[in-house]
Amino acid sequence: MDTIPIRSIREIPPEENMLSGTPACAGCGGLLTLRHCLKALGEKIVIVNAASCFTLLSIYPFTPFKNSWLYTAMACAPAGAQGVRDALDILIKKGKLDPEEDLKVVVLTGDGSAYDMGLSSTSGAIYRNLDFYYICYDNEAYGNTGFQQSGATPFASRTATSPPGGARPTGAQLQKKDLFEIWNSHRPPYLATISPAYPVDLVNKFRKAEQYKGPKLFISHSSCPPGWGFDPSHSVSLAKLAVETGIWPLKESVHGKVEHTFVPKKFKPVEDYLKEQERFAHLFKPVRQEDILKSIQETVNEYWRKHKLLS
Amino acid sequence: MGKEMLTGNGAAAWGVRMAEVDYIPAYPITPQTEIIETIAKWISDGAMDASFVTMDSEHSMVTAAGAASATGVRTFTATSSQGLLYGFEMIYTVAGWRVPLVMVNVSRGLSSPITLGPDHNDILAIRDSGFLQIHCETCQEVFDSILMAYKLAEDERVLLPVIVNMDGFYLSFTREPVEIPDVETVRSFLPEYQPEHAFFKPAQPMAQGVAVLGGEFYSYFKYQMHLASKNALEVYKEVCGDFEQKFGRKYRTIEEYMLEDAEYVLVMTNSFSTLGKAAVKRARENGLKAGLLRLRVLRPFPDPDIKNALKGKRAVAVIDQNISIGKGGIIYSEMAGCLYNEINRPLLLSFIGGLGGKNISPEEFELIFDKMIKAEDTGIVEAPHLLYTENEWKEMAGLKEIAGKG
Repeated sequence: MDTIPIRSIREIPPEENMLSGTPACAGCGGLLTLRHCLKALGEKIVIVNAASCFTLLSIYPFTPFKNSWLYTAMACAPAGAQGVRDALDILIKKGKLDPEEDLKVVVLTGDGSAYDMGLSSTSGAIYRNLDFYYICYDNEAYGNTGFQQSGATPFASRTATSPPGGARPTGAQLQKKDLFEIWNSHRPPYLATISPAYPVDLVNKFRKAEQYKGPKLFISHSSCPPGWGFDPSHSVSLAKLAVETGIWPLKESVHGKVEHTFVPKKFKPVEDYLKEQERFAHLFKPVRQEDILKSIQETVNEYWRKHKLLS
Repeated sequence: MGKEMLTGNGAAAWGVRMAEVDYIPAYPITPQTEIIETIAKWISDGAMDASFVTMDSEHSMVTAAGAASATGVRTFTATSSQGLLYGFEMIYTVAGWRVPLVMVNVSRGLSSPITLGPDHNDILAIRDSGFLQIHCETCQEVFDSILMAYKLAEDERVLLPVIVNMDGFYLSFTREPVEIPDVETVRSFLPEYQPEHAFFKPAQPMAQGVAVLGGEFYSYFKYQMHLASKNALEVYKEVCGDFEQKFGRKYRTIEEYMLEDAEYVLVMTNSFSTLGKAAVKRARENGLKAGLLRLRVLRPFPDPDIKNALKGKRAVAVIDQNISIGKGGIIYSEMAGCLYNEINRPLLLSFIGGLGGKNISPEEFELIFDKMIKAEDTGIVEAPHLLYTENEWKEMAGLKEIAGKG
């Protein structure tokens, strides 16, 4: 693939490697991310999937993909990728597979697997410098099981297991794990955050990643209409608001060196993003939880100040 | 190549080497580690042309093994006890992928309490997974069974993974002479693996391990596994015949030791069967028509062979080196299920012994034979008997005293 950056959405490859008619929810931000990722990756890939919403994309005898697929289990998709990659290398070495017929091995998981149960197998795969791609679509909870709190759930989000109540009005009490930094501490050759609302940024990151042998890791903020509570038609605008408010920084890391790929000229207040979603509705009514709103804004400000991108 | 003095673990490693395995994802655990260390050294020295990777857990290890097998290379891995349980989820999963990988389990008692000595609760925990199971008594058998396992697993009438079991310490660390055939003879028995069903190719994209919604569709795939496992009984006979022809050693699904005219029969598995055979010999010297049936293939369960071998016997004592808490011996239940509808069925007694590697003494075997005779006289079969000697009881009392619970 060409590694020269594209400048406009018109330059995104028109080929669709994932066909329509999947059982995913209307307005699924994760699915939109995946569609763009597959355009960037091309047809010669095998997706190794962990238990997540997207496990239900391939239900016997249907699959929306033009490429191969292997479902593993919740905790071990990167280990599955290790087996597939190693086997392909063996077949090539033994002359049983034409190198032209080689496949990119792509792990696809939700945040439950990536942030929680699959952390050990992911750490192992990065440590072993496995030549693979990892796409995590992060909708900030265990979405497929009905939106329970995960390690990716942001502070104050309502989930099915962190319901705001009289005794605990906050919702989720814990801060979202920083998976980018956890992965980055392994010094993979390439690591980036992406968003379905920024497809040019997304495609360029894949184009850049291709030059590196080893782990190429992507975390996509993935708007989730049923979990977050918003109209499916607002999926892209909400994903965009997450970036414009500074809640979801678009960045990349090459061998551990972090650069932001998009910095809003002027950050919108986080409230603009929060108030659009049912999962944060308890912060605004019946009474405005000023302390919590302030604390969320302060956490975002602190992040950008730390990176010297906000004074 | 002739005979070598090898441990059970060494014999397993040689089996993998002679099967010309392509890929070994590994993770260490006592008492299995010697297998993967031996293979790692051969690969490092250039004596073996294979790819070896140390994974981050047995869960990852079984996944990588299954995924590589699904991509089309001959794959091996090994574990034991806690490791097998840690990978348990993937044992079921990769069996459902219908991939012909071969594993070795070196049996070791399960926590808790955490321990090192062998029993078979580990391997029997995966009894229902779809893996075929071959249980070994000797080091030669471990070596031979690995070659047979690949031939069986890769047969397209089977396409199920196989696990070869040996006892930790008693077999894994015991040296015995093992005949290692030359590689050409092995190749004539086990040709290079050519996957017809499991591969990933861009020209022929394939979805493997996909979800199935609806009980009627799910059942279809599970029934298929069961029928494939049943097929394996027939295929096993062919493999067994072929193996005997090439190497001169014969391994039926069950081993019959002094069984033909026997009236009182012990049923055992794995290395402790050697103790049972010695006990049978002593009983014979004392005029008792004793015999032993060793179960070698536990999955598929060789019902026809067992029924045939035990026809007309007076009493059979199953010595389970495992315990299903709240029920008793696992193999006892399997044997009872196998024999229940037989018209001429023997009395079936249940004994639990050898847990965590606990010895089974000659006196305990005598007790077992006595109980068989008594049961035959009275027609009464007692509840599962938990073997424990007086000396063992005293030793335990000593420990309890030190622990302040005397």
